[in-house]
Amino acid sequence: MSMSMRKKRAIGGLVTYLMVIAAYLVCQYLLATGGMTRSLRGQLVPICVWVVMAVSLNLVVGVSGELSLGHAGFMSVGAFSGIVASGWMLGAFQLENEVVRLLLSMIVGGVFAGIAGVLIGIPVLRLRGDYLAIVTLAFGEIIRNVINCLYISIDQGRLHFAFNDSNIPGELLVSGPKGGVGIDTIATFGMGFTLILFTLFVVQNLVNSRSGRAIMATRDSRIAAESVGINITKYKMMAFVTSAVLAGMAGALYGLNFSTVAASKFKFDTSILVLVFVVLGGIGSIRGSIIAATLLTILPEVLRAFSDYRMLVYAVVLIVVMLATNSPFLSVRLQRVKALLRRRNTNPGKEGEAA
Amino acid sequence: MTQQHKRQSDTKMVPVPSHSIVPERDVDKRPVLETRHLGVEFGGLKAVEDFNLTIGQTEIAGLIGPNGAGKTTVFNLLTKVYQPTTGVVILDGKDTAGMNAVQANKLGIARTFQNIRLFGNMTVEENVRIGLHNQVKYGMFSGIFRLPAYWKQEKKQHEKALELLSIFDMQGMAQYRAGSLPYGAQRRLEIVRALATHPKLLLLDEPAAGMNPHETEELMENIIKIRDRFQIAVMLIEHDMNLVMGICEGICVLNYGRIIAKGTASEIQQNPTVIEAYLGKRKEGRA
Amino acid sequence: MTQFLSYLCNGISLGSVYAIIALGYTMVYGIAKMLNFAHGDVIMIGAYIAFCAMQYWGFPPVISVLAAMVVCTVLGMVIERTAYKPLRQASSLAVLITAIGMSYLLQNVALLVWGANPKSFPSVVSLGSLSLLGGQMTISGEAIVTIAACVVIMIALTLFTGKTKMGKAMRVVSEDKGAAELMGINVNLTITVTFAIGSALAAIAGVLLCSAYPTLQPTTGAMPGIKAFTAAVFGGIGSIPGAMLGGILLGVIEILGKAYVSTELGDAFVFAVLIVVLLVKPAGLLGKTVHEKV
Repeated sequence: MSMSMRKKRAIGGLVTYLMVIAAYLVCQYLLATGGMTRSLRGQLVPICVWVVMAVSLNLVVGVSGELSLGHAGFMSVGAFSGIVASGWMLGAFQLENEVVRLLLSMIVGGVFAGIAGVLIGIPVLRLRGDYLAIVTLAFGEIIRNVINCLYISIDQGRLHFAFNDSNIPGELLVSGPKGGVGIDTIATFGMGFTLILFTLFVVQNLVNSRSGRAIMATRDSRIAAESVGINITKYKMMAFVTSAVLAGMAGALYGLNFSTVAASKFKFDTSILVLVFVVLGGIGSIRGSIIAATLLTILPEVLRAFSDYRMLVYAVVLIVVMLATNSPFLSVRLQRVKALLRRRNTNPGKEGEAA
Repeated sequence: MTQQHKRQSDTKMVPVPSHSIVPERDVDKRPVLETRHLGVEFGGLKAVEDFNLTIGQTEIAGLIGPNGAGKTTVFNLLTKVYQPTTGVVILDGKDTAGMNAVQANKLGIARTFQNIRLFGNMTVEENVRIGLHNQVKYGMFSGIFRLPAYWKQEKKQHEKALELLSIFDMQGMAQYRAGSLPYGAQRRLEIVRALATHPKLLLLDEPAAGMNPHETEELMENIIKIRDRFQIAVMLIEHDMNLVMGICEGICVLNYGRIIAKGTASEIQQNPTVIEAYLGKRKEGRA
Repeated sequence: MTQFLSYLCNGISLGSVYAIIALGYTMVYGIAKMLNFAHGDVIMIGAYIAFCAMQYWGFPPVISVLAAMVVCTVLGMVIERTAYKPLRQASSLAVLITAIGMSYLLQNVALLVWGANPKSFPSVVSLGSLSLLGGQMTISGEAIVTIAACVVIMIALTLFTGKTKMGKAMRVVSEDKGAAELMGINVNLTITVTFAIGSALAAIAGVLLCSAYPTLQPTTGAMPGIKAFTAAVFGGIGSIPGAMLGGILLGVIEILGKAYVSTELGDAFVFAVLIVVLLVKPAGLLGKTVHEKV
């Protein structure tokens, strides 16, 4: 092989950055020339959010090899702490600068989601496989239930908290089942794009470092990883919490993109949606996650014309793609095509990689 | 065969106070491993019982016995994959009671696996780098933000990894996917990965399994080379009697979880209990 | 005290429904090692079929339930053959996503056929309520029938897996697929039969669930499905008595939690108990811990 796997990976990482930047420029061009439909324009920030969600979940599912069904829970923590942080900064400090406020709110969202990640990770990472998955699901549902009962208001620059009681002074920021209300929608596509770049930077650099290798070692073989002195819990936790922080930042961006956001937005289905992005994009493939998240967010919009059938089509597409990429009947044929292509591209010789 | 006999007869084995034998050169040094009355029970079944062994600092020791005798279980006890129900494991003078596998490795014990456990989707070099995890360090933030520590230590890891791979002349394979290597090379890579953790005692679980006679011969040379170069002790489980009798200085025979004989190769070969339990079967089923 | 007893009774009744659904999850998991997320939606389809049979075609309840069972059995087998069988060798995550796709598909088909408006489900139970303790406590006919159905199903399944040839084949396949094949057991048939049984049970569960909580809409099956799945894990996934125990305990915890802790946090309470149980017993109440061989 002429090129080392290491170099190949570095180039792959670069291609991912370039792809995101190119997509951003195309969108900016379409926005400037008015070549983008209204509904698609409304999807720009959500697309960024789902891309970040998918890439961050891929860190847990693909890189550390644990199935998490509660990723929306971290998004939810980030969204509501971000909404409150934004309202508080506006109410208490009259921080009018929207970019600074958005950035700070996203950091707050990330920090709170990270704390939730640590608290949840401690019990969750003691379990394995399907049991771990069901407990992440349970935590996701608990978070949603708790936020459903939460009332937070701001009165003369001071925050008031209440549980199951809407009688608190001042203007409500979070109102129980209604969720975030009267949100100052400060999220921008530019910030979404920046968050994607930041996420790519964190995840790709982490994976290609000592810590990242340790995380992948725990995925490939727990026993072998322990035998060479790698602390499994520490590295599983590192992946889990990093992923939670990124999901929290995406959540804050999402929360500040709409005037109201209910806790029910972040239920189990949302976690599954993100998992679908990851699996369809290819487990462990960051670029795949980005593409899948983008296409699957746009797809229902494109299918809007067939409004009654669009979710049906979505479901069928999902099943067909999974069958096409995973059934032995089709994958054998796909591999043959790939092998043909590769034979044409590389000289015969010592080929160590089986793609 | 004669050459191999010469190799092992270089060493004179002498008793230490606890009535175990270690190579003469190690006799006034602290043994690297000492177990006393080590035993483990699984649901009432005593898989290993009253296992007493002393290994000198630079000894090559063999652990042999029929299939199911409990050899791998002993390895699992020494590396703390299993916690013993009785007895103690003293590694380089320290009691390992209550430790887990990670702590045992940090204390200086490393191993390979009977059923290969490489990180198959990663490259050969990355596998060795993972072995170097606790030797060449930098933190998560240095890694993400590419601080100077990252560049410096990555370079050091790269150099060390290639140096270790060169023991088996595997530098050229550094960028191959570990899972795509031939079987023998995978076994060698596991040894390199274990060596990367800087052990004092290296445990090899059937290192020659699946190798042809030529590869086995090379492996024997290499095990001795590793011992000499790193000045460490090696303990191996092996069914290939040429290998065991050829390079092991002290041999311990296990049957039904109990030690039935200990001694040098020639002592073991002449021991009637061993012949009955083990070598008697040698002609039919040598692995 | 009578208050508590009637909560307990409601809990056991709800738990019996969970248990019947959880049996479907656990049998399929035991044999195919997959989480069949579409199982909850098979429940919903079953309930709709029974609803149509009673309301539109005027069948008596018993015939309607049987019709629902037949349709669900066929549906379960079709789903297994078309969507899951081609993925026998694929990663468990791929199968999981396919099952999720199937769940979306069933929900959206139901949405197209029956609309989004909730239907009011007529009770299939004509049995009156039972008064106890001099009228201080009443148990509804639905609760009695549900609990009775659950007990009957439990006994029938235990006998089936213990005594019949197919039942034994199921146990063998769940232990070791390869070895079962070498022993001449038709693994594919066994898996299909497992799906058929699970889906027939789902139809019963759907009818019982909607008799007790009579709003029927395309998402009716989703939450009970997740809870029943939780129940299966709670009891130790793969274990039939475990699913039974897990289901009933979950129902009781949910009702008591809603009554005594907080109505809003009832579900959170259920999941919190699950987490605590799994931390103490990582393989569920009756599950076996499998150690990885080194």
